Amino acid sequence: MAALSCHELVGVVTDYLEGALPEAGRDRFESHLAACPHCTRYLEQFRLTIAATGTLSEDVIEPAAKEDLLRVFRDWKASAAPETL
Amino acid sequence: MPELESATATTPTGLSGEDEALLVRLRAGHEDAFVELVDRYHAQMVRLALSFVSSHSVAEEVAQEAWLGVLKGLDRFEGRSSLKTWIFRILTNTAKTRGQRESRIVPFASLGGTDADGEDAEFDLERFHPPGDALAGHWMSPPGEWETSPEDLMLSGEVRAQIEGAMAKLGPSQREVMRLRDIEGWSSEEVCNVLELTETNQRVLLHRARTKVRQALAQYFAGR
Ligand SMILES: [Zn+2]
Repeated sequence: MAALSCHELVGVVTDYLEGALPEAGRDRFESHLAACPHCTRYLEQFRLTIAATGTLSEDVIEPAAKEDLLRVFRDWKASAAPETL
Repeated sequence: MPELESATATTPTGLSGEDEALLVRLRAGHEDAFVELVDRYHAQMVRLALSFVSSHSVAEEVAQEAWLGVLKGLDRFEGRSSLKTWIFRILTNTAKTRGQRESRIVPFASLGGTDADGEDAEFDLERFHPPGDALAGHWMSPPGEWETSPEDLMLSGEVRAQIEGAMAKLGPSQREVMRLRDIEGWSSEEVCNVLELTETNQRVLLHRARTKVRQALAQYFAGR
């Protein structure tokens, strides 16, 4: 089977990380990496990018929005009047 | 979703125990169960809604409307998807309807989940030696070193600003998929279900988005 080129490797990095490459493709990917410091660096930077992007998460809910939602819930509850209560 | 049905033949629904318990409490009108869900998902819902409508305040309204839809739909929810997927499906449907009313282009609905972002017909950000060349397929200019430690990279406000800037420039489908996967931490299955994408499309969008963001960081480190 033909070896993977650097060009081909950068095109399938996400497939590789997602476990979406077939076994043969995965082997070719890994043997290319073992011999190529440039692609090794590229993959490492790709992973760092993903990790750094993960730090952008912020799950704050504004107090006013939460108040509104609680009102929605209470209205729903009043109108639905679940028989279990 | 017939595949979920067959996989869960032994239990009435495909729900996790956690979802099942939350659902029971919600249906019984327990406010703390609702608050738990709101704390977990509301901020994400507003951010997702933002890709369909024009402003933050409209996105808040959409999310609120979706929560009402969730509450009203509780009795009809059959547990054929996870609670989270179901909630976010309601959110995207609500947001699409609202986006159509606003006559805004709806990125996912109108494009059937294919690569919405046109500009990528020839997707190659890096340069490689052309075919026929002795070095065909090899890097023309290999990636440079990023002179930083992974810890510093994670903590740097400038890096975060670079990532935000690069993501802002992405097409809406790529941005949304990357945001859900890499910021919100969703699984590919969840993203596919909620945005109605195939696994392959989802991976293509994610790959192109990540590739562009990596390149933006590479340029930042090269020019520093
Ligand atoms: Zn290489």
